[in-house]
Amino acid sequence: MPTIDDFHAWPDVHGRFGNYGGSYVAETLMAPLAELSEAYLRLRDDPEFIAELDRDLKHYVGRPSPVYHAERLSQHVGGARILFKREDLNHTGAHKINNTVGQALVAKRMGKPRIIAETGAGQHGVASATVAARLGLKCVVYMGAVDIERQKINVYRMKLLGAEVVPVTSGSKTLKDALNEAMRDWVTHVADTFYIIGTVAGPHPYPLMVRDFNAIVGREARAQMLEQYGRLPDVLTACVGGGSNAIGLFHAFLNDADVRIVGAEAAGEGIATGHHAASLAAGRPGVLHGNRTYVLCDDNGQITETHSISAGLDYPGVGPEHAFLKDAGRAEYVGVTDDEAMEAFHLLARTEGILAALESSHAVAQAIKLAREYPKDGIVLCNLSGRGDKDVHTIAAREGVEV
Amino acid sequence: MSRIDRRFAALKAAGRTGLIPFVTAGDPSPQHVVALMHALVDAGADLIELGVPFSDPMADGPVIQHASERAIAKGVGLNEVLGWVARFRQRDAETPIVLMGYLNPVEIHGYARFAQEAVQAGVDGVLLVDCPLEEAAVLQPLREAGLQQILLAAPTTAPVRMAQLCGSAEGFLYYVSFAGITGAAHLSTGDIAARVADIRAHAKAPVAVGFGIRDAASAKAIAGFADAVVIGSALVERLAGATDAEEMTMRVHAFLAPIRSALDAH
Ligand SMILES: Cc1ncc(COP(=O)(O)O)c(C=O)c1O
Repeated sequence: MPTIDDFHAWPDVHGRFGNYGGSYVAETLMAPLAELSEAYLRLRDDPEFIAELDRDLKHYVGRPSPVYHAERLSQHVGGARILFKREDLNHTGAHKINNTVGQALVAKRMGKPRIIAETGAGQHGVASATVAARLGLKCVVYMGAVDIERQKINVYRMKLLGAEVVPVTSGSKTLKDALNEAMRDWVTHVADTFYIIGTVAGPHPYPLMVRDFNAIVGREARAQMLEQYGRLPDVLTACVGGGSNAIGLFHAFLNDADVRIVGAEAAGEGIATGHHAASLAAGRPGVLHGNRTYVLCDDNGQITETHSISAGLDYPGVGPEHAFLKDAGRAEYVGVTDDEAMEAFHLLARTEGILAALESSHAVAQAIKLAREYPKDGIVLCNLSGRGDKDVHTIAAREGVEV
Repeated sequence: MSRIDRRFAALKAAGRTGLIPFVTAGDPSPQHVVALMHALVDAGADLIELGVPFSDPMADGPVIQHASERAIAKGVGLNEVLGWVARFRQRDAETPIVLMGYLNPVEIHGYARFAQEAVQAGVDGVLLVDCPLEEAAVLQPLREAGLQQILLAAPTTAPVRMAQLCGSAEGFLYYVSFAGITGAAHLSTGDIAARVADIRAHAKAPVAVGFGIRDAASAKAIAGFADAVVIGSALVERLAGATDAEEMTMRVHAFLAPIRSALDAH
């Protein structure tokens, strides 16, 4: 177990979070990754870049997002107060835009005219298509054929925004395969293409860069807590697919030892059934998509197909920083089933008038469980990572309703 | 001297260009892998690259992706691959074998266990596509057991790094002829020649060129300046669907014979 007291010091210069992270990629990508690291590490401290990013986040994304006390939900649950960090209110409807605005600015500074992205739920694809349209960049989005079917609305949104959506039919035809295909595109077009990875996975510097761009969520929330409540929350929770919204919320609080941190992974039909996507709760250390992290794989090292009702959590790996936080004992990772997420979705809709994304509904379900563990004056802060408009068809189909 | 080093020394002494075919282990048929390997040698292979199937082959094009998917669907994993190498070695103690693939199957198998079993089976080297020099510390047990780590160099590799790769190369250095995935079909021999000449001037190890070599003509174009050529996707494609050993052997000979003669005629 790493003995460390400054969680903000990671990753090291090689992009390693303890035993996790790194750059496990083919030789051809080593140079473009080095170029990206060099550019990003320079921009990260460049006051002009930071000012431009802040302006975009404020005027285009609509930041800061509020911290909202869900009183009726809290009352209904009968435990601690449940607060939501409202990333669902961002432009394009999820936290994903924080990262794409940032990476698109990096792409622009690096002079790359073409961006590519992978997407699962389509939120990252939409957010990438959005920033590409705004900056006049060509945009190609890779999406698993299965996900294209279950997230039709987002596919159409991407097309309206001028992006080309390429169906991926290899492997399990979901997010992991879209990521493979985007990597193959990148390796073939390294000179003019910028790959905007949508979560804190991939090779260094992506887990660092994507975390940095989403860490605004936790920085705002921490300040908002102190301002509105004069204290920090007792416990944080967020859903974990690749882990970007979760690390976004968690990062600013990592050195606040009294704040408990719980990530909610997709337990699908239940971890015991094997039909799930809970890499941290039920996986083992391995190497996937350019980094060492927890993965779901068989004894031959083949990555296994995952299941979740939410496309955005349907991923057999997870960002390496979460693997590190798990081993260090700083964060806990637990599973939330499809049914529990659906129940939380409905409860939130009826008590608060908020349609949450299916991904975020996993976090809501976990927040409800946690609220029951704390006294009435306790505070559970939950990242409401996105809104549910994109999921209306999936939910209707699951419930046998025609729309 | 390792089996790989001996083979390249012999090629050099004879003034020949090495022929390195790649096949995905277990495709088209797990029953006939050993026969297929012998057929490759009979048809003129100097070294065999045996692909260990992986579910997420990020650096491979559709041909090898699909070959891997088919092999995995038939239950092929590292245990089977090592078993085939051991059986191949009963009749062939000379042809070097390099396992090519991705890191996760080895990581999950366990580095020390893999190293021991691979050496025992008669494997000579590994080419792990997603394990660049920077991450190669995990392969220390393989090195200690005597497995050579074949490194890749690419058109994007910067000069300082190329010097590092040349200095660290063992067995042979694999130069990827273009920035892309396996099976893509563009080959610009002029650029490759200059780059390979530069690498050969600096590397102690011989240089093999792969990616984009599909037939006698492209092999011959490369043979002028490389120590060996690697042919993968075109061969895997040609073998797909063959169901018995005889059919496979016929296809191997039909495919490799003109390439072998082109290399020898150069
Ligand atoms: C609303 C929402 N939340 C969460 C996720 C999961 O991604 P991550 O774990 O990177 O936050 C997605 C992914 O598409 C999403 O759309």
